[in-house]
Amino acid sequence: MSPEDPHAAGNPEADSPTAHSRRTFLAASAVSGAVAVAGPVLDAEPAAAGTAEAAAPSSRVSLTVNGTRHTVTVDNRTSLLDLLREHFGLVGTKKGCDAGACGACTVLVDGRRVNGCLTLAVRLEGAQVTTIEGLSPGDNGPLHPLQQAFIDQDAFQCGYCTPGQIMSGVGCIQEGHAGSPAEIREWMSGNICRCGCYVKIVRAVEQATTRKGH
Amino acid sequence: MDPFAYTRVSDTRAAIAAGRQGGRYIAGGTTLVDLMRETVERPGSLVDISALPLRDITVTPGGGLRIGALVRMADAAADPKVRSTYPVIAESLELSASAQLRNMATIGGNIMQRTRCTYFRDVTANCNKRSPGSGCAALDGINRSHAILGGSDACVATHPSDVAVAFAALEATVRLLGPDGERAVPFAGFLRQPGSTPDREQALRPGELITAVEIPAFPRPLRSGYLKVRDRQSYEFALTSAAIALQVQDGVIRVAKAAAGGVGTVPWKLPAVEQHLLGKRPSDSLWAEAAQRAADGARPLRHNGFKVELLKRTVERQLRVVGGTR
Repeated sequence: MSPEDPHAAGNPEADSPTAHSRRTFLAASAVSGAVAVAGPVLDAEPAAAGTAEAAAPSSRVSLTVNGTRHTVTVDNRTSLLDLLREHFGLVGTKKGCDAGACGACTVLVDGRRVNGCLTLAVRLEGAQVTTIEGLSPGDNGPLHPLQQAFIDQDAFQCGYCTPGQIMSGVGCIQEGHAGSPAEIREWMSGNICRCGCYVKIVRAVEQATTRKGH
Repeated sequence: MDPFAYTRVSDTRAAIAAGRQGGRYIAGGTTLVDLMRETVERPGSLVDISALPLRDITVTPGGGLRIGALVRMADAAADPKVRSTYPVIAESLELSASAQLRNMATIGGNIMQRTRCTYFRDVTANCNKRSPGSGCAALDGINRSHAILGGSDACVATHPSDVAVAFAALEATVRLLGPDGERAVPFAGFLRQPGSTPDREQALRPGELITAVEIPAFPRPLRSGYLKVRDRQSYEFALTSAAIALQVQDGVIRVAKAAAGGVGTVPWKLPAVEQHLLGKRPSDSLWAEAAQRAADGARPLRHNGFKVELLKRTVERQLRVVGGTR
């Protein structure tokens, strides 16, 4: 996590007894507006914080996330990743390196997989964004075939990289680059898994590709 | 990240007006946003050029190819004209970065990307490129990944692009539009060696915008390809790389174009290799002889001496892949 992330300062696990309650907390905070959209201003010296916040240029942007249209005013520095997590409460998309090196923040923008951490939110006027939360039809609907494949193949341990892996896998299959294990490995190389679940991740992408073809 | 003003432009005239006033152009943003977050880059104003009409790949009247500056790396690599005419360009692109980054990054931005030197990216380290006059921490530091060609006492950082190596080999032209109109700069003169001013990386004038990269036509069939050698199989910058293009007619090499990546402060053209190949018949021994000239003039640093031999072997291997085994 970046030191700029307001939630990185403390240990999130210590703050909340379960992952579920932390998720609820984040969602509630985002809705009530208690969490600032831009992390950077919170990193400023306390005396200068108010000034920096007031001076930081912001822009208005309208975009569609998982089918829902949003119009927001954001600090120009806000990444798509921070917009999703801190403003919309969509914490399924993960912050790993915050530098385009790990793929944990992978989402689809206008149908193409991109790194949310390197995408400035202000640049997404009119864009269609799909996150892991928007991949299956709803809470009670069936999982996306690739989500199901990750479960069937046991393709994760800690699960932190999984949303990014799945979104990247969806892109990989759509692009037609999932034709063999070697091709999947090459075209999924932008997603790092520190648990080392690569063999099973490749099997999951293969499974979803095969089912799609039937 | 420092605060910045943000402007979106829809035509080149507005872009150049904004650029002339000090606005920094942003296309894919994959390098710039990363470096801004690290405060290596601190632009006060960003000019978003992604809506400009610079997204076409067209055949030029002379039979070459013109690739718009805002064509995404993924789209350039997938383009049938690029793949059939200049495989070396498609291969160099597909061996770059990750699929996500290739969906974002553009051709113009790719050749504008800045070095991956760790001292450049570490704002607490001395770096003449980031902070002119502060010194170069890499000269006496960990310099395994640094340049063996084109370095100076001020800077030994490599240029990280792969497709720029293909462009250098093919003697591409960079088309620019600025306050004083259009001009074309040969690729060899577009990216500058560091000398005493490593902070000046391109031959760009204030407000100038890259509009396209043009690849000249060559006699057909031109065979070409790109080999990238790195510490891990994928999603990694080159230790060494080779872009090779050959045209053989009546058993004799008529066109030989070669450049290397990962070894130079700019994509490194290999004229001695090219000269040795011209007019000769392809053979394994010819590839080996020519490749011996790939590292001419190399000045290795403490930790990157291995690149001298690795470069020669990279070039030899790719000559054999493109030219065939005899």
